[in-house]
Amino acid sequence: MKAVSVEEAVAMIPAGASVMVGGFMGVGTPERLLDEVTRQRKTGLSLICNDAAVPGKGVGKLFDAALVSRLTATHIGLNPKAQQQMLANQIDVNLVPQGTFVERIRAGGCGLGGVLTPTGVGTLVAEGKRQIEVDGKPFLLETALRAQFALVHAFLADYLGNLSYALTSRNFNPIMAMAADTVIVTAEHIVPVGVIAPDHVVTPAPLVDYLIMNG
Amino acid sequence: MDAQTIIARRVAKELRNGDLVNLGIGIPTLVANYVASDLKVFFQSENGLIGTGPIPEQGMAHPTLTDAGGRPISALPGASTFDSAMSFGLIRGGHVDVTVLGGLQVDAQGHLANWMIPGKMVPGMGGAMDLVTGAKRVIVAMQHAAKGKSKIVDRCSLPLTSARPVNLVVTDMAVIGFPDGRATLLETAPGVGIGEVMAVTEAELIVPEKVLEMKI
Repeated sequence: MKAVSVEEAVAMIPAGASVMVGGFMGVGTPERLLDEVTRQRKTGLSLICNDAAVPGKGVGKLFDAALVSRLTATHIGLNPKAQQQMLANQIDVNLVPQGTFVERIRAGGCGLGGVLTPTGVGTLVAEGKRQIEVDGKPFLLETALRAQFALVHAFLADYLGNLSYALTSRNFNPIMAMAADTVIVTAEHIVPVGVIAPDHVVTPAPLVDYLIMNG
Repeated sequence: MDAQTIIARRVAKELRNGDLVNLGIGIPTLVANYVASDLKVFFQSENGLIGTGPIPEQGMAHPTLTDAGGRPISALPGASTFDSAMSFGLIRGGHVDVTVLGGLQVDAQGHLANWMIPGKMVPGMGGAMDLVTGAKRVIVAMQHAAKGKSKIVDRCSLPLTSARPVNLVVTDMAVIGFPDGRATLLETAPGVGIGEVMAVTEAELIVPEKVLEMKI
């Protein structure tokens, strides 16, 4: 793990990059990284995030600045700007059931080619996908999902990069921290090694590439 | 009593001691207000919490303790938090005893459509498809009709949420089950006649000999 400034970290992300962002309706989202992505105007992003949050919050800022060209998400109904950009064909949106979304990312981080899920069988979601029977039950083959970058927000990070999370801000963060080539983390608090007990480490330090330093 | 209260009170009677329950947004959220006080029910919030409590008092909200809509909630003693893979493992894996969801249409076989209106409203399915596919019991809580049109239809014209039929539909007029895979009128709301329900229901309902009055 290397400690860097938020400017340095975001400078590594090229325009058009694929980026996973943790958070659920903007809760558990690395806001400082998104502010800097907006300031450096990283356009044409392929965003993988549970939802589009709301304007002015979380990944909602990326839609405010029209930086997203592709979106993989489970729900965007609470962000009218993302809806408008989708209906105007400015964003190519791929909507995925939430359980499938997280399992595809988990598969991507765990060396699996994908997962078999009953969710979506017999619905629009099944279109174009392979259906596989196991013990007489139908499942959809959902392929693994990875990104060039994962932007993760933790509650505690220690000097080595071990992470723990708070309450409902954990959500997709530890799953995404395994599924990207480069993992960049912001934390509410940076603490000495040992403050997070081994049993309470959720994301082990070797998974973290960059930790954003306190300002 | 207004329609939403009738529905929420009747659905609350379906919950059993020890149940793990997931409530969708809208009318389903109201169900928590009517659970009998001697019943120990665990409510799951799909963003990673079992043991959701009421909205915190003024000034007590915490930015990392929220419901699936991002609004502040509290956690009851004995609550637990977890990541989204665990949350949907609970849902898809059959560990959730009851889910209560809103609906746009339910058809005569019990199929639910509740996630999009093509060309008009495309918010995304969120967790709905996993909930309907994986929960042990699926209860739909919705108004019987919208703008004079029956929401209990012969065949869903809107995209389905799951191929798996729901177990029970509770509306402001009736309770409908699917005992033989066909929509069956089980109960009518107080003051509502069987004929009245039939008149505003598009789907053909099976009417058994005994139709009870909804206890609310």
